Amino acid sequence: MWKAIWDYVQRTVSPRHFYDIGGQWLPWLWAVAGVLLTVGAVWGLAYAPPDYQQGNSYRIIFIHVPAASIAMGGYVLMATCGLISLVWKVKTAEMVARSVAAIGAWFCLIALFTGAVWGKPTWGTYWVWDARLTSMLILLFLYLGVLGLYSAYESAASAGKAAAILALVGVVNLPIIKYSVEWWNTLHQGSTFVATARPTMPPEMYLPLIVMFFGCYAFFGAAVIARTRNEIVQRERRTQWVKDIVRKESAHGI
Amino acid sequence: MAFDSFAEFLAMGTHAPYVWSAYGLSFAIILWNVLQPWLVRRRWLKEQVAQLKRDAREVRKS
Repeated sequence: MWKAIWDYVQRTVSPRHFYDIGGQWLPWLWAVAGVLLTVGAVWGLAYAPPDYQQGNSYRIIFIHVPAASIAMGGYVLMATCGLISLVWKVKTAEMVARSVAAIGAWFCLIALFTGAVWGKPTWGTYWVWDARLTSMLILLFLYLGVLGLYSAYESAASAGKAAAILALVGVVNLPIIKYSVEWWNTLHQGSTFVATARPTMPPEMYLPLIVMFFGCYAFFGAAVIARTRNEIVQRERRTQWVKDIVRKESAHGI
Repeated sequence: MAFDSFAEFLAMGTHAPYVWSAYGLSFAIILWNVLQPWLVRRRWLKEQVAQLKRDAREVRKS
């Protein structure tokens, strides 16, 4: 029986299956992301009331917080996929990890940049070397290190292994980012949202933020799937099913 | 609407450079991440089609 279950799992996580299912999800995810990000950005920029202390600069929150959340959540996903690829040799997990590294790094950059330009009018400086900001910069370097390892090896398998190990070691940085605002004195404010408490913001402010959250996660999902599908067809280009795809698509005219 | 006019919306109080640069860069990055997989896929397909044609010619020759 275990063999049957194992076979089923193997089939489900095969690159080919991921390619097919991902292809079905992709148009919907892009559409949801497009709608939510547009609605969220317009709502946050034009309709949400200004903050009584910060004025209009606080509108940066609508990208800053979702981007930072994805940068961290993406790292967890990347490390988890790395672990799965190391332990169970699941090829798809390795490819997903690589896509997540690329998108996660971009979102980390968004979080750092929007944080810096928000810091200037709010704290009077673009950058301070405090715990939250520094650990977030380290997160970007970890992402870049993982990406560097992927391109440093000739063989995709050794690259995946090395990148997965670095990703797993870097996980120690995540609790440091998360609790940096509580453990150390920092300029950075505490969490805006806590899962167990009522939001401290009025709904006119937190509703667009929630819309942006879902929009960013939908976008992240779409971007990761799109990249992973490209990675899959590159690596499996010698297989019959990929050749069939090429034939079918080229018949449509590219 | 939190602003009285479009000009005021653009001015963002006195925070226009901060708000718009944050949104501008984020938009550019998001746009790039939509385009990147699309461009990669298109280039890959072109290469594969060329490869298929080369293979077909080889087969005919031999």
